[in-house]
Amino acid sequence: MNTATATLFGQRQRKALFDPVIDTNPIAVQVLGICSALAVTTALDKALVMSLAVVVVAGLASLAVSLLRHHIPGSIRIIVQLTIIASLVIVVDQLLKAFFYELSLELSVFVGLIITNCLVMGRAEGYAMQNPPWLSFLDGIGNGLGYGAVLMAVGFVRELTGAGTLFGRVILPLTKDGGWYEPNGLMLLAPSSLFLIGLLIWGLRSWKPELVEKD
Amino acid sequence: MEHYLNIAIRSIFIENLALAYFLGMCSYLAVSKKVSTAIGLGAAVVFVQVLTVPLNNLILVHLLAEGALAGISPALATVDLSFLAFILFIGTIAAAVQVVEMTMDRFMPALYHSLGVFLPLIAVNCVILGGSLFMQERSYTFGESVVFGFGSGLGFAIALVAIAAIREKLRYSDVPDGLRGLGITFITAGLMSVAFMMFSGIQL
Repeated sequence: MNTATATLFGQRQRKALFDPVIDTNPIAVQVLGICSALAVTTALDKALVMSLAVVVVAGLASLAVSLLRHHIPGSIRIIVQLTIIASLVIVVDQLLKAFFYELSLELSVFVGLIITNCLVMGRAEGYAMQNPPWLSFLDGIGNGLGYGAVLMAVGFVRELTGAGTLFGRVILPLTKDGGWYEPNGLMLLAPSSLFLIGLLIWGLRSWKPELVEKD
Repeated sequence: MEHYLNIAIRSIFIENLALAYFLGMCSYLAVSKKVSTAIGLGAAVVFVQVLTVPLNNLILVHLLAEGALAGISPALATVDLSFLAFILFIGTIAAAVQVVEMTMDRFMPALYHSLGVFLPLIAVNCVILGGSLFMQERSYTFGESVVFGFGSGLGFAIALVAIAAIREKLRYSDVPDGLRGLGITFITAGLMSVAFMMFSGIQL
């Protein structure tokens, strides 16, 4: 048995788990999983639930695809991966509807869209098909965490400056409730997430110049 | 008639799937470097959308909804299979994309080759699945689904060609290193999204 892949938390395992949080962040570097990152970040609780859903689906989907990787015929592998991911998303969606009904209504179609979330498919196809199960599971979780980090960061800025709250708790009292903070309405609108992620990418690439695109 | 026009205008401009709901962003950002490929992908998306949304509507109404199976046997009248919508939708989409691929290869080979790997990637494009999911959420009829499919596809195509045109010009601008490529594209898309919000005041 290959000792490098046989350990539980060796070098490769830690790399698979922690690299995607910053160095190969799916949203800012790999350009995967953008769609839902932009739409569900108006409030931190939505961002948190979405992140958890993606972490779970990405991890389990990568694990399942990796376990089956020697048995999937090359010509139908996309369909097989899609079926695995779709089944996992159905389970997550039903769980959300059962235990967090109001949140599931707010998230509406975006939970279903985890199926076509390039992040899950991209890692299943790009990593899980060639790597052993435990590494693939860690990679899926790691990419989910990187995705979650960006979502929480954007959600934090948007909720705080747009509504003065965090997780629904008032932090900056609004003028309409007798406080001093006039909320920034642009932050609650769709385009602000695009601006914020653009600025985040700028910050990330200034911090790590090796990520700058060579033209 | 007015109702269908309303749905069309709403799905093309006001509730543009790319600029208001941010669906299809991955291919939006990846394919928008040249206007010619953007036009090709936009046309393919319209075609697939018009095929899949009405088809999924038929599947939803006649197979999955509560009571749909009553035609087979009265005992199945209370069965509600709509939770299987995700798997069946993605199945029809994958099949439709396969058909579009074969048609394009036969009748438009130049476009087929220029799109390369992005054509099969339409199958996992959020726009296509998103269109079907919105159709399900809003309980559209068959006619409404056809109009919505066409409108949502066209809206995505317009947004895609627009940002491709802008990016072609931006290549010759003096963009800061950290923003070059992906960063400035995000900000441009944000500005386009703000611009498209001006349509939200339209009432038909």
